[in-house]
Amino acid sequence: MNPASPFLELEQGPRVSVTFDGAQLELPEGANLAAALLAAGVDVLRHTPVSGAPRGPFCMMGACFDCLVEIGGVVRQACMVEVSAGMDIAKPRGDADGPV
Amino acid sequence: MDQFDLAIIGAGPAGMAAAQEAAGHGLRVVLLDEQARPGGQIYRDVDRAGSLRGDILGSDYTDGRRLTAGLRHDGIRHVTGAVVWAIEEGFRISYTREGRAAQLAADRVLIATGALERPMPLPGWTLPGVMTAGAGQILLKQSGVLARRAVLVGSGPLLYLIAAQMVRAGTPPQAMVETQTTADLLRAMRHLGGALRGWPYMLKGLKLLAEIVRARVPRHTGAVGIKVEGDGRAEAVRFTSRGRSQRIACDTVFLHHGVVPNTQAARSLGVAHRWNADQTCFAPVLDRWGGTDVTGIFIAGDGGGIGGAKAAEIAGKIAALRIAELAERLTEVERDGHAVPLRAALDRELAARPFLDAAYPPCAEALSPEDKTVICRCEEVTAGKIREQARLGCLGPNQAKAYGRAGMGPCQGRYCGLTVTALLAEANGRTPDETGYYRIRPPLKPVTLGELAAMEETPLDKAEKEITT
Repeated sequence: MNPASPFLELEQGPRVSVTFDGAQLELPEGANLAAALLAAGVDVLRHTPVSGAPRGPFCMMGACFDCLVEIGGVVRQACMVEVSAGMDIAKPRGDADGPV
Repeated sequence: MDQFDLAIIGAGPAGMAAAQEAAGHGLRVVLLDEQARPGGQIYRDVDRAGSLRGDILGSDYTDGRRLTAGLRHDGIRHVTGAVVWAIEEGFRISYTREGRAAQLAADRVLIATGALERPMPLPGWTLPGVMTAGAGQILLKQSGVLARRAVLVGSGPLLYLIAAQMVRAGTPPQAMVETQTTADLLRAMRHLGGALRGWPYMLKGLKLLAEIVRARVPRHTGAVGIKVEGDGRAEAVRFTSRGRSQRIACDTVFLHHGVVPNTQAARSLGVAHRWNADQTCFAPVLDRWGGTDVTGIFIAGDGGGIGGAKAAEIAGKIAALRIAELAERLTEVERDGHAVPLRAALDRELAARPFLDAAYPPCAEALSPEDKTVICRCEEVTAGKIREQARLGCLGPNQAKAYGRAGMGPCQGRYCGLTVTALLAEANGRTPDETGYYRIRPPLKPVTLGELAAMEETPLDKAEKEITT
C-alpha cells in the first residue's frame, strides 16, 4: 500500500518490479497497469503532443487513449495492459511504434 | 481464414447471452472481446472478483457469473484480448491480438459493443485525477482500487450506485455534486406510472440513496458553474448550489451524466443512425430483432440504445433467435415462440427508463460548454473553436475535422463526437440529425505497422491475384 497515493488497494497480492520513467515500482503481478500505476501514486502518464498538458487515466476501458504509455518502445494504452515483471514503462516520446 | 455462422463483437451481457442462445441452436459462434476475461464493463472481471469485492459491488454484479458460465459451450469460441479494427463486407473481421493482426469470416455479425460515458466537458475535465464514474467502477471491479478523497459530479443512477459502493468499502465520497434539479424530478413525474411497473429499479434506487444519506455524504443538487481546479492535477471542485458558491478539496473527481451508445463499429459499416431526443444521443435504427439496414448486421444491448445490463441480455437473446432463423436452425414459428416471454421481460426492464431519463437529464453546461473548455481531448480543440468554425460556415462534424482537427486523434471522436454535433447544431440552428456525426472509417482502433507485419497470411482475393500474377 502506498499511503501517499490518492487510491486505496483493497487486496494485496504478489508484486513484481517495473520501472516508470526510470523509477522502480513494485506493482501487483497481472494487475491492470493503469490501475496499478494510480494505486502506486503515479497519476500523470503522459503529456499531450499539442500543448504539453499532463494526462492520466480517464475511461479505464480502452476508449479515450489518455493513458498512453511507452512499454519497451511500443505505445500502448495502460488500461489495456497487465502488469508483468521487468516492464520498462515511460511517458511516450512521440517517435515510438504506435498510434501517436 | 476461420469461418463462423455468427461473429459477436463484445462479451458484455448482450454478447454473452447472444452467444449462448445462438450456440444453443447449433450455430458456430465466435465472440471477440478486448478484455482478457468476459463480462464487458458492467460485469468486468466478475469471475476473478473475490468475496470482499463481491460484497461491495452487490448481487447485481456477481449475477454476471451466470452469463460468463454460459460461454463454456463447444459451439462458442471466445477470443479474448481481441481488438477489432475492421468489419468488411462478407463479413471479414480484422483484429489485433497479442501484438499480431488476424482475420476471420462470419455470415452474420452482432455488434454488442455497449455504451460509453457521455462526454462531460467541464472546465478542468482533462486534468489527471478526473475520471469517468464508469472508470471508478472499473477500478473497483477489476483491481479493487478505490479513491480515498473523491467528489462525484453529474447526475443519474450510476452516481448513486458508485457512491453507495464507496460507502460500503469504507471510502465514502467527500461529496456528491448533482446537476439535476427539483424541476427535473417534477417533469419526470408524468412517467411515474410506467416507472412503477419497473418498481424493483425504483426500490433499488431508494435503497442506494438511503445508504448515501446514512453515511452522511453531503449532496449538493442543482449544481451549476462547475469546474475542476488544480495545478497539473485535480485539487478541488468549485460550483454553485442553491445560490451558494462552494469549493470542495479532493484528489479524484468522478464525472457522470449518463451513458450513450458506442456507435463506432456500426457507423463504420454505414448503419443508419437517428437522434434520440429522450436520451440526448444518436442510436442506430433497428427492427424489433436488432436488425439494421445493412443486411447481416445486428446490434444488441446498450449500443442499440441505453437500457441497462438486463435489457441488453434479453436483446442479445432476441437477436440470436432471428439470426438462428436466418441460418435455418429455427423456423419462424419457433423463433416467435421463443421471443414472446423475452419481449415481455424486456418491456418490464425498460419500464423505468423514461422516468430515469427525465429525472436525470444530462448536465446542460456540459452539453453546451463555455468557449474556453476543451471538448476534443485528443486534439485539444475548445468549444469556442467549434463555434468559430460554425460562424465560418462549418455545418457538420466532418467539416469540423478539416477546420480544426476535432475528432482526428486516437480516440476517433468517441469523447467529442456528440459535443461537436451539439455545438454545431446549436450554432447553426439545425437539428442533430441535419448536423450529422463523424464518418467513421476503419481502423476503428489504431493498429501499428508491427502488428500488421505480423499478420497471419490470408488468401488473396481475385483482384489481388490478378495484380500479383
